[in-house]
Amino acid sequence: MSEELVFGLYIFALATFVGYQVISRVPPLLHTPLMSGTNAISGISLVGSLVAAGSQHNQVSTILGFIAVCAATTNVVGGFMITDRMLRMFKSKRAPDAKAPGKEAA
Amino acid sequence: MSPLLSLAYLVASILFILCLRGLSSPEAARRGILLGEIGMFVAVVATLLHKDIISYQWIIAGLIIGSGIGTAISLRIPMTKMPERIAFSHAFGGLATALVGVSEFIKTKGFVPRLEMGALGFEVFLGFLTFTGSIMAFGKLQGFITGAPVTYKGQNFVNIGLFFGTLVLLAVQVISPGAHPELLYATCVIGLSLGVMAVLPIGGADMPVVISLLNSYAGLAASATGFALHSNILIISGALDGSSGLLLSLLMSKAMNRSFANVLFGAFGTAGGTPALAAGGAARPYNEASIDDAAAVLKASQTVIVVPGYGMAVSQAQHAVRDLAAQLQKRGVDVKYAIHPVAGRMPGHMNVLLAEANVPYDDLFDLDSINDDFSRTDAVLIVGANDVVNPAAKKDTSSPIYGMPVFNVEQSRSILVLKRSMNTGFSGVENELFFLPNTMMVLGDAKKTLLAMSAAMKEGEGH
Repeated sequence: MSEELVFGLYIFALATFVGYQVISRVPPLLHTPLMSGTNAISGISLVGSLVAAGSQHNQVSTILGFIAVCAATTNVVGGFMITDRMLRMFKSKRAPDAKAPGKEAA
Repeated sequence: MSPLLSLAYLVASILFILCLRGLSSPEAARRGILLGEIGMFVAVVATLLHKDIISYQWIIAGLIIGSGIGTAISLRIPMTKMPERIAFSHAFGGLATALVGVSEFIKTKGFVPRLEMGALGFEVFLGFLTFTGSIMAFGKLQGFITGAPVTYKGQNFVNIGLFFGTLVLLAVQVISPGAHPELLYATCVIGLSLGVMAVLPIGGADMPVVISLLNSYAGLAASATGFALHSNILIISGALDGSSGLLLSLLMSKAMNRSFANVLFGAFGTAGGTPALAAGGAARPYNEASIDDAAAVLKASQTVIVVPGYGMAVSQAQHAVRDLAAQLQKRGVDVKYAIHPVAGRMPGHMNVLLAEANVPYDDLFDLDSINDDFSRTDAVLIVGANDVVNPAAKKDTSSPIYGMPVFNVEQSRSILVLKRSMNTGFSGVENELFFLPNTMMVLGDAKKTLLAMSAAMKEGEGH
């Protein structure tokens, strides 16, 4: 077994553990933003797509890489934007949002 | 990999973890997302300086197209369509990882070291499975594929057989990499077909689990990419996504008191049946209330708990719910919302809809924190929820949903149920609640009913 694999597994195991700990603290209230947020983060496969699309080995590789760049960018940009759009809507009574004045009194 | 690039990826990974940490409270969440965005920016810019990247025209075109699609969808999609958007983005995520794998395979002409070959095969398989599986989930949510389970004899056998067949294919490729490049393409085809076939037998009401599970698969596929390309940031981000999806699917399964195996292979539910007939052959009697009666009951109450379900999303009634609640609050009525973990079609679905309708999140309560309050409540208003308020889950051992944690709505003084018709819900399970003496059924579209109730309440003001 190569050292590289073991190193990779180390990282995988630790990241899974950290992920599990951090995510178990997310309240059910925010489970949808959590999903779209992690979705945006997993759009990091964009970095692999970028190399595939830009390394000019052969035409097919490049085109597949190009499609992957489109798909991953859609997730990254769309994922972060929609998560933010959702989170903007969550309001508390304690700190009423200035953008919606008088809604309660209406 | 240059030390500078590695360092940039390390910074990005830390920012991603901080981003998820921010989501532990609504106050810190937006700042967390900003950190995630910075992390992504750092990682992408550092990658663009990678020595392997020679030409930029395809990259720039891809970035522009992707940003355009992403922005257009995010700005225009209504909140009720969030489950569809999430399924759609899982499809894209799966597609991207799978294509990166295939592209890498073509680049190396199949002569990949053993370990990388294994990771690559796994990545391509999971990526394509997530792709078609998510498209199927999208189709079921959107309604162009039936929400009812599609089953045939020997279905589980075929699916499990395909899965183990893939493992054999992968093993052959790991033992002799490069010898049979066509095997990788076979893996692609199996991944694509298994995605379709695995989601076919899963019913609409089980979508929260399926979507979470696909989230987890997309993460695992990204992690496998990291192993294949020796990229730690891919391993880390994939693991974060994978553990998030896994945790959510566990929570969803627990909230339905079902095991993973049961969700995946159980083919639970129907498209919704006709009203059950009593022993004598006649339909069972129930109290049907007019809109005025229902409004009167709410007006006479001191405490009201609203229980929203998928029906609220279908009729887009969240704003109407909020307006009615605001009227009640103006009259001094205490209004709370009870949110079941599997209400709707994805985790947190109801919370987002109510947030959109400006309901402050302090008024939303989950199962454990509100279930003891029902016995002290004057009226419960059930908006398009069914299984999560079915008392059979608590006492009828023969019920398919027996053991599922449900709200104790039947303990409150009066129960108002807004429902389209007396047909059974997605799970096809009869609900005793609708036939209780203290239950009033208000049949019709939830949004229209709620608006009419609000109007009836306003009219009564002058008297």
